[in-house]
Amino acid sequence: MNETTHKTQPILTMRGIDKSFPGVHALRNVDLDLIAGEVLALLGENGAGKSTLIRVLGGAHSLDKGTIHIDGQAVSVDSPQESQAAGISIIYQEFNLVPALSVRENVFLGQEPSRLSIIPVEKERKRTRELFAKIGVTIDPDALVRDLTIAEQQVVEIAKALATDARIIVMDEPTAALSPNEVEGLFTIIRDLRSQGIGIVYVSHRLVEIFEIADRVTVLRDGSLVGTKPIGELTRESMIEMMVGRKLENEFPKRSSGSTPETSAGEGGLVVSNLCRGDAVRNVSFQVKRGELVALTGLVGAGRTETVRLIFGADRRDAGDILLDGKKLAVSKPRDAIAAGICLLTEDRKHQGLVLKRSVLENFGLPNMSRFAPRGWIDQKQERSAFDGYVKQLRVKVASRDQLAANLSGGNQQKIVLARWLERNAEVIIFDEPTRGIDVGAKYEIYLLMNELAAQGKVVLMISSELPEVIGMADRILVMHEGRITGEIADGRAATQEQIMDLAVQ
Amino acid sequence: MKKFLLNNGSVVVLVLLCVYYSIVTIGRQHPVTPAAGEEVAQAILADTKAPSVLIVTRDTDQDREFARAVRAVIEAGGGTIVDSVHGIAIDAGRAIRTAGEAGKQVDAIATHQPSSEWGPLKTERLEESRNEFRSLRGVKLYKPVSYVWPSFLTRPNLVNVVNQNADIAIIAIGMTLVIITAGIDLSVGSLVAVAGVVTAVTIQKWAGGADAGAAGMIGCSLIGIGVCLLCGVFNGVMVTYFRVPAFVVTLGIMMVARGVALIIAVQYQSSLLGGGTKGTPEAVKVEAIAWPWLGNGSILGVPNPILLMLVLYILAHLVMTRTSFGRYVYAVGGNPEAARLSGVPVFAVLISVYALCGAMAGLAGVIDASRFEGGRPIAGDLYELKVIAAVVVGGTSLAGGEGRIFGTLIGAMIIAVIENGLNMAGVASYEQKIVFGLLILVAVLLDRLKARD
Repeated sequence: MNETTHKTQPILTMRGIDKSFPGVHALRNVDLDLIAGEVLALLGENGAGKSTLIRVLGGAHSLDKGTIHIDGQAVSVDSPQESQAAGISIIYQEFNLVPALSVRENVFLGQEPSRLSIIPVEKERKRTRELFAKIGVTIDPDALVRDLTIAEQQVVEIAKALATDARIIVMDEPTAALSPNEVEGLFTIIRDLRSQGIGIVYVSHRLVEIFEIADRVTVLRDGSLVGTKPIGELTRESMIEMMVGRKLENEFPKRSSGSTPETSAGEGGLVVSNLCRGDAVRNVSFQVKRGELVALTGLVGAGRTETVRLIFGADRRDAGDILLDGKKLAVSKPRDAIAAGICLLTEDRKHQGLVLKRSVLENFGLPNMSRFAPRGWIDQKQERSAFDGYVKQLRVKVASRDQLAANLSGGNQQKIVLARWLERNAEVIIFDEPTRGIDVGAKYEIYLLMNELAAQGKVVLMISSELPEVIGMADRILVMHEGRITGEIADGRAATQEQIMDLAVQ
Repeated sequence: MKKFLLNNGSVVVLVLLCVYYSIVTIGRQHPVTPAAGEEVAQAILADTKAPSVLIVTRDTDQDREFARAVRAVIEAGGGTIVDSVHGIAIDAGRAIRTAGEAGKQVDAIATHQPSSEWGPLKTERLEESRNEFRSLRGVKLYKPVSYVWPSFLTRPNLVNVVNQNADIAIIAIGMTLVIITAGIDLSVGSLVAVAGVVTAVTIQKWAGGADAGAAGMIGCSLIGIGVCLLCGVFNGVMVTYFRVPAFVVTLGIMMVARGVALIIAVQYQSSLLGGGTKGTPEAVKVEAIAWPWLGNGSILGVPNPILLMLVLYILAHLVMTRTSFGRYVYAVGGNPEAARLSGVPVFAVLISVYALCGAMAGLAGVIDASRFEGGRPIAGDLYELKVIAAVVVGGTSLAGGEGRIFGTLIGAMIIAVIENGLNMAGVASYEQKIVFGLLILVAVLLDRLKARD
């Protein structure tokens, strides 16, 4: 066999892939080539379009424009079944395994010979053993998946992919939950698969791994292709530059009266020390002074949301103290945190922020019942006039007080949530991805409000994955990686995206 | 128009049902009311000056009211009442004969349609009497004018429909709250029995039985209701702290509570008979004279259970729309996580809701025990299904977060009207089950259509 042609013939060719969701142009004219027997790393910031591209390939999203060729043949992958039939197998970050079934049953799930015929158990068991032998591991085919380790489950996913005779395997953050030893094991398997002529698309935030395993690197940014380069031509710095390489636009409001952290930040404020919760949050300590706007950033899954949920009492912390203005707070549930003056604007407004089935007025009043209804009886006049005041002040677009929260745009939903906490007179305001899913105009208004809150001497903590936003807004930047704070940039405005990414990817 | 129908579908359904049953039950109405009695008396006075009148009716409270009205008008018009007979056909015949043999003049016999069918009052027998006795020669029979009217749409029937279902409607208040929190409570039917039996036994044992005073009876009723409230608290604790599905917990309590009610009744019965069980008693009798007042009495002509029901509905409506508790209930049902992160004490709200539902079932049990003058261990059988049906038909979403208290009242009335109408139209109970089942399916379907809009 001619090794060189084998190495250069792409088995997968994607051309001009375009995909839009309401309000978001997720993929713009993306090209991608995968050669048999290579590992192609797919890189990009959060929201760059990697997941969408994978989902298009897996048949979970239909594409708006573009073509997909496998071995030069045009194929359509409008459903997961078609994708599988075309020889593509996707291993998502959340495994698609049934915990209560055996390894063998999971490997052959969806491939039973026909609805009514008897399953050839012995044959399947033998084939499962063969697959594991090919990968080079020993797992009992009759063990239940729920009894396996995460690494073993990963292997089962791979076996499942091989069982369908997949020639293209996509792995989305496969090492996210693995220990260093297990990562080594996985790499051995991947190299083995590569030598068998299988094309592998490898998605990861861990640049170290990319250098170890990838042959070529494709980078996406804002839904567009930045470029594809062989790993040998890249350095860590050039990779990060490709990922972020976006110019800062003047989309962030200036702080009023030229305030800087040195002059305006008062004493006191929020101090957290040694917060811990399992592997998600490990020994996190930091301080946010009054009048300061601090950004907490890092990649998705770095433990940022988990950290602020501990401060807010939404999850139980294993250890750690929370102090406000030098006073230790006993926060064990959100109710305690709210009473102490801490509030959280959750990232997921639809599921964690608002009761969508109820009116905007009710949503506004929900945490403020102690004010509007001190004896249980709601002072409707007071509640309505307070609500109307915020609608005017924050320029919320609502049809009426009785409009359902579900029928508002993202920006207006965020404003309703903000209004309720402002009414609560919170001292510590934590924004988790405050501008996600919000249009540009509303974004600017939210930024203005955040600045104003800081200027009023409140403690403002913002989680954001959007580096321009972090740099544009924060007085100080904290970076997290795998549950730890891995760095602090004292002057937020002077930070560079490369600097932050460097701390975030390790 | 479509929106109006979807939002007020239950009201429309209720009105349509009433119209339908009114049409189906149209027939001759033979009134036996005080007004009808006055009308008869006026007719007699118009024909005869200073008449001597014999009144003949059945022996019921209603008939006596009728007779009293006749007597009052006749006597006011200068006439005399020869005799007022309340009984059966033989009594009427005997009265006529007695009057005739005594030579008492009788100008008119005042009666109503049902009694006018009796033998001695039939045209030919009256003719015989006229010929036999001189004093009866001029006697004429008077009865109220019959008219055509739907028997469904009469005051006694409508009051009866509502009264019979007041207990279900009261429990449905609690169930509405539970279902708004996306839960369910299957234990209410059995709790009705527990409350009735516990209240009855405590009145008999501790409050003095036949001599029980008002305070004692109220206290014992509160014990009965309190036991049910505690069962509700248990349900709530299991649902919240132990995360057991509401369906399962309340199914368990449903069986336990029924068993407890039966055991208490049997034990009490055997203790009365000095040991040795004699089967399951129908009810634990309450001997206090004032006891049936709650279930059978009325104020200004409105039965007490209806008054109680209306008061509770108004209260519940205010609680759900005007208090922080009401807001919390809706929020917890609509999105428990968002509610928790907004500082709503989710567990406390859920436990209160189940406790309230239990207490409402307990109150219904007390009403039932008062109505039947004793705590019945088999009371409230299958009530849970009727109550849930009422809530669902009333437009409360099983998915939680939505629902109106007065919607449930309409739902309860729909169930009541259908049952009553079907009975009047002579539909057998088996067919009624089919109609009920279909009704619930249609209600849920409407709910889905609304959700899709």
